[in-house]
Amino acid sequence: MTTSPVTEKIQKVIILGSGALKIGEAGEFDYSGSQALKALKEEGILTVLVNPNIATIQTSEEIADKVYFLPVTPDFVERVIEKEKPDGILLSFGGQTALNCGIKLFQTGVLEKYHVRVLGTPVQTIIDTEDRERFIEKLQEIGVKTPSSFAVDSTESALDAASKIGYPVIIRAAFTLGGQGSGFSGDEEELKVASAKAFSYSPQILVEESLKGWKEIEYEVVRDCYDNCITVCNMENFDPLGIHTGESIVVAPSQTLTNAEYYKLRDLSIKVIRHLGIIGECNIQYALNPDSEEYRVIEVNARLSRSSALASKATGYPLAFVAAKLGLGYGLHELKNSVTKVTSACFEPALDYIVVKIPRWDLGKFSGVSKQIGSSMKSVGEIMAIGRTFEEAIQKGLRMIGQGMHGFVGNKDLEVEAIETELTEPTDMRIFVIAQALEAGFTVDRICELTRIDRWFLYKLQNIFRLSQSLSHTASLEELQDDLLKEAKRLGFSDFQIARLILKHDKTEVGKDMLVVREHRIKRGILPVVKQIDTLAAEYPAVTNYLYMTYGGTEHDIDYKSDASSLQRAVIVLGSGAYRIGSSVEFDWCSVNALTTVQKAGYRSVMINYNPETVSTDYDLCDRLYFDELSFERVMDIITLENPAGVIISMGGQIPNNLALRLHARGVPVLGTSPVDIDRAEDRHKFSTLLDTLDIDQPRWQELTNLEDILEFAEKVGFPVLVRPSYVLSGAAMNVVSNINELEYFLKLAAKVSKEHPVVVSEFIQEAKEIEIDAIARKGEIIVYAISEHVEFAGVHSGDATIVFPPQKLYIETVRRIKRISRDIAGSLNITGPFNIQFLAKNNDIKVIECNLRASRSFPFVSKVLKTNLIEIGTQVMLGLPFEKPDKSLFDLDYIGVKAPQFSFSRLSKADPVLGVDMASTGEVGCIGDTFSEAILKSMLSVGYRIPGKNIMLSTGPAKAKTTLLEGCRKLFELGYNLYATPGTAEFLISFGIPATVLHWPDENLEPNILGYLRERKIDLVINIPKNLSRTELNNDYLIRRTSVDYNIPLITNANLANAFIMAFCTLKLEDIEIKSWDEY
Amino acid sequence: MNNKSYLVLDDGTRLEGKQFGADCSVAGEVVFNTAMTGYPESLTDPSYKGQILVLTFPLIGNYGVPRDRFEKGLSKFFESDHVHITGLIISDYSVNYSHWNAMKSLSDWLSENNIPGLYGIDTRALTKHLREKGTMLGKIISSSKGEVDFHDPNKENLVAMVSIPKPLVYQGNDQKIILVDCGVKNNILRCLIDLGVTVKRVPWDYDFTNEDYQGLVLSNGPGDPQLCAPTIMHLAKALERDTPVFGICLGNQLLSIAGGARTYKLKYGHRGYNQPVLKVGTNRAYITSQNHGFAVDNETLGEEWEPYFINLNDNTNEGIRHKTKPFFSTQFHPEASGGPNDTKFLFDEFYRLIEKGNKK
Repeated sequence: MTTSPVTEKIQKVIILGSGALKIGEAGEFDYSGSQALKALKEEGILTVLVNPNIATIQTSEEIADKVYFLPVTPDFVERVIEKEKPDGILLSFGGQTALNCGIKLFQTGVLEKYHVRVLGTPVQTIIDTEDRERFIEKLQEIGVKTPSSFAVDSTESALDAASKIGYPVIIRAAFTLGGQGSGFSGDEEELKVASAKAFSYSPQILVEESLKGWKEIEYEVVRDCYDNCITVCNMENFDPLGIHTGESIVVAPSQTLTNAEYYKLRDLSIKVIRHLGIIGECNIQYALNPDSEEYRVIEVNARLSRSSALASKATGYPLAFVAAKLGLGYGLHELKNSVTKVTSACFEPALDYIVVKIPRWDLGKFSGVSKQIGSSMKSVGEIMAIGRTFEEAIQKGLRMIGQGMHGFVGNKDLEVEAIETELTEPTDMRIFVIAQALEAGFTVDRICELTRIDRWFLYKLQNIFRLSQSLSHTASLEELQDDLLKEAKRLGFSDFQIARLILKHDKTEVGKDMLVVREHRIKRGILPVVKQIDTLAAEYPAVTNYLYMTYGGTEHDIDYKSDASSLQRAVIVLGSGAYRIGSSVEFDWCSVNALTTVQKAGYRSVMINYNPETVSTDYDLCDRLYFDELSFERVMDIITLENPAGVIISMGGQIPNNLALRLHARGVPVLGTSPVDIDRAEDRHKFSTLLDTLDIDQPRWQELTNLEDILEFAEKVGFPVLVRPSYVLSGAAMNVVSNINELEYFLKLAAKVSKEHPVVVSEFIQEAKEIEIDAIARKGEIIVYAISEHVEFAGVHSGDATIVFPPQKLYIETVRRIKRISRDIAGSLNITGPFNIQFLAKNNDIKVIECNLRASRSFPFVSKVLKTNLIEIGTQVMLGLPFEKPDKSLFDLDYIGVKAPQFSFSRLSKADPVLGVDMASTGEVGCIGDTFSEAILKSMLSVGYRIPGKNIMLSTGPAKAKTTLLEGCRKLFELGYNLYATPGTAEFLISFGIPATVLHWPDENLEPNILGYLRERKIDLVINIPKNLSRTELNNDYLIRRTSVDYNIPLITNANLANAFIMAFCTLKLEDIEIKSWDEY
Repeated sequence: MNNKSYLVLDDGTRLEGKQFGADCSVAGEVVFNTAMTGYPESLTDPSYKGQILVLTFPLIGNYGVPRDRFEKGLSKFFESDHVHITGLIISDYSVNYSHWNAMKSLSDWLSENNIPGLYGIDTRALTKHLREKGTMLGKIISSSKGEVDFHDPNKENLVAMVSIPKPLVYQGNDQKIILVDCGVKNNILRCLIDLGVTVKRVPWDYDFTNEDYQGLVLSNGPGDPQLCAPTIMHLAKALERDTPVFGICLGNQLLSIAGGARTYKLKYGHRGYNQPVLKVGTNRAYITSQNHGFAVDNETLGEEWEPYFINLNDNTNEGIRHKTKPFFSTQFHPEASGGPNDTKFLFDEFYRLIEKGNKK
């Protein structure tokens, strides 16, 4: 390999991360950033990373040389640049966040001032792609077609433009990602509403011709400084245009394009990338007329994207790694293919399989949100499934999204009211509605007419449906022909589906039936084979083991027989599956750290995971990566082949944890705490009994099956109570109710209560502190632990809470008791490995609310603040290896870490942005400071809060909250802030001598009104504390909160947090915040 | 359609699959192609004459077979007037196709052309086998039609079978190009016609050396270049002139042999749309479409010649050029169809050479 001309001059590079995970910007940027850092490191270049997302791999030791847990905003990044004096900057690896920040730094002359050279695509090119008008001009220069479009800066001109184009039109806000603020408008009225919303995100909006129903095709294009271009992958959306690509099922490579179409679009991609002058990677999206070769270029993303991460995983071509090298001045032909290590990186992968990406939604977690999917992104994660038939891949994928589905068919019946409507106005359940439509006798043509989904996909789905009918008509396993069983497996049917379709038992039996089918299948010799993803369709041998399993073949690519003669045994780590609310990048960090520890210990490290946004699914990271299902069936298939010394199930969150007992029952060596003990913690009744035996307090609770008993129990423990139904009809699964009326209302409307569907009701303790311990134990003895406290009182889900470590406001006595309780629990459950316990503390009264015998969400945070890798120790312990017991003095940290949640309410149209017992945040950051104020300020600025200019709006709800905020309000007044408040809050403040201007409630038709002030952006911060604990229907408070979110005004809904934030920015000025890297603490 | 059929290789390997297309037994040379699109183009490419084609991309037949149209006497969608492969081996056949321009299924098309297809084969395992053992002879055995013998197409003059019987002229301007048809793909013709020139397409063994022409194009074609002795002889004579010569694929091999170089058979050939080539002495690389089993030995090029392109994966020859005269050729297919169009500019370069020649 030749040294690049640029590298010689570049010694230090700063790279911007994407911050907290949010809808539209998630784990894919951890993957691309980590790849870029690896590419720079290989060149001996010093790297500086700015990213407050503490749970990422890229912010781990040995990845970047310097890590700054700071907001990725121009002011902070400028100060890092000033301090670090890098020669180069990489802007395209941290999503839109990094790109926007980079453009600002360029425009304000910061980069020039500090002589920082932008590596890769020039900033002007980025601006040309981001500003729609310029973008269209640029493409017109080379005769490339874009949708007719007008950039406008007022609603009047939007209406004008739409009348020229003709309705329907699509509205887009410039400079946003994930299609924020965009949507279709069918007439003038809709357009008025949509444009007002779009203007709240951007001063410029686009009114464009609607191409609804056209095929949506994407290409990932790479160009080097010698003008060599390749397209690494193309992808075709199953859902036609009209549904955001992040909301679409996507296949790679395209399936319905002829050679002429494929290469026509490819030629255009190269023409565009050359004209724009991109160096590195970009994504280009097309609309293709389904009835001709007519096309439009929809969008170009001059950066690594979610699609590029998907393309990397789909093809095995490391786009981010290569893009970083090209940024340093290498030519594509000077780089090697990372899979074969001998052939060139200048090539276009040939796939011999098909991949399907399916989005994962969590819309059920939000109240008020529409379930319809469309031109803006709402999904929180995605999966990628690999197969050798489309049917196999899609059925695998539908199981992987983890929403209780077993594939395309064989699921519990959906309650679909009107199939036709659901097909024309798709929701997150669209694909399952197609199954229902087939069941109801709809033809492929009719479904195509209603959905505009290409018939090819529908025919394939019909194949699955027809096969399920053949299975249903089979009376028993004895009657099942081998050929039919083989065909079912080839079309992606799981043993579970087959069991349900043939044996037709009810829910309780089907688990056992699945094993019966499995045994029958194995006896008949019908087994999956392992295939390698090698980028070249077997033309050259691969040296990496990027694997998947399929029934579309007869031979393994791996020689398992030679494993048997090898001394090296395998240890399998089960990954975390699709990112979702409650389980995301933090479990990837844990999985990856476990994996590296396994590898360092000399075992053959084996990973199973299927999330394309992760680092754990980077084939470079382990000896064998099975990009496949985390189902019992598939995990057992792999275990049978790998014959591992152990399986680690405690790093990937709840999905692998749930397999513990079943694996144990099959004699699988599960490492760490015994699955039997895991069950003792997981099973509510067993755990409760254990706590009683240990004399450890817990909130009173009972599992009840009828309304009378529930009411009686609630009366006994006193309201409020926490209600957890096992069967939810609509809305959130958990709720806190404050009185009988609320309780009845909730149970009647939202849940089913019966013997089969019991409800767990627990005592809800108000104003209690919530405390967590994350620890590693060995044979019941705690080796290392971290205790942290929540800023919010209990009642806010721990994933949504602001967490402080080490704790600042705990009595020593409380800490002592927590340690004792944890020791007792660890001892009696004989814990080996990671665990997490959550506590309530009120006046030194400690109650245990939850215990998980696995790694928890906060492990990366506490590990990085402690600078002790708990997961590494945990893995060593589980493997029975020697480990370094951390020095006690470690706990005397003289700095503080604060973890803050990131919400994505702005993307979830109509959702109530309020916190409750069910988790709603999509990501988090963790920042370190010398004081609590500094740490919390950094964290909150990192998740999008801004220090308010001058006007603050308060509606502080219950009396207790008003009191909590009193001192803060006084501070604000003293510092010259203008306080606006709802009538009650204003009266309260004035009574304490704090002036406040009354703004009337939304439903009072009085001026000045809150809504007007918000819409006119006269308010810089909104503090709205809900009056009751339930998530209730739309009301005044909801309107205030939602309007704040829609107009991008920072909103706080928790009194403790609001107070902490106010105190922080009142005592600390922005410029006083120290710019210190992780290693400087 | 679900009859069992078998692929039998001459090393004894026997794979069971399901029959589609014509129900018959055939024998040929088994080769694999890694392209992910373009089966109508590949199947009608005369260079596949005598070969049983394995497609590594598993899902085939998705967009059916296009309704054909003729423009300037040439099929719009196919590379010749019929299917040339001997048999087709795939993994997953799409019985139902979908495309606005499709008029029939792949299976029906194969049947019309009396070509058997086999699906349900582990094409990846088969490809690895061919990669390791090399291209080998094989046969598709229909369970209803019975056995046939192995047959080595490379021993036959395949070029003679796919060339035209007598010259054809595609009238253009007064620049005349001789195109030696060794099994030419329509897209080479389309590209030449697009240059505006008059193309005289002549049989492989046609003696054009006494004719007046401004450019000579040597087409692609099947099999071993050594079997094209008459073509090589005519070519050697043509090289005495200074008239531009452009060879493609087999044309590259013929030009090399005429220039004194040797060719050899690759272990398993290059067949696909993703082959990277580097223009020698530059930093310019191109992704190319390829379909060849024989290659030119770079080490044997005559003094007058130099490598023009080399393959970035295995450093094999991808084209040669004369050091002083306007002669060049490529092992890859600049006309694509299927595959990437990145090197189509070579047709323009050839045209510039013709224009330059005229000025002299």
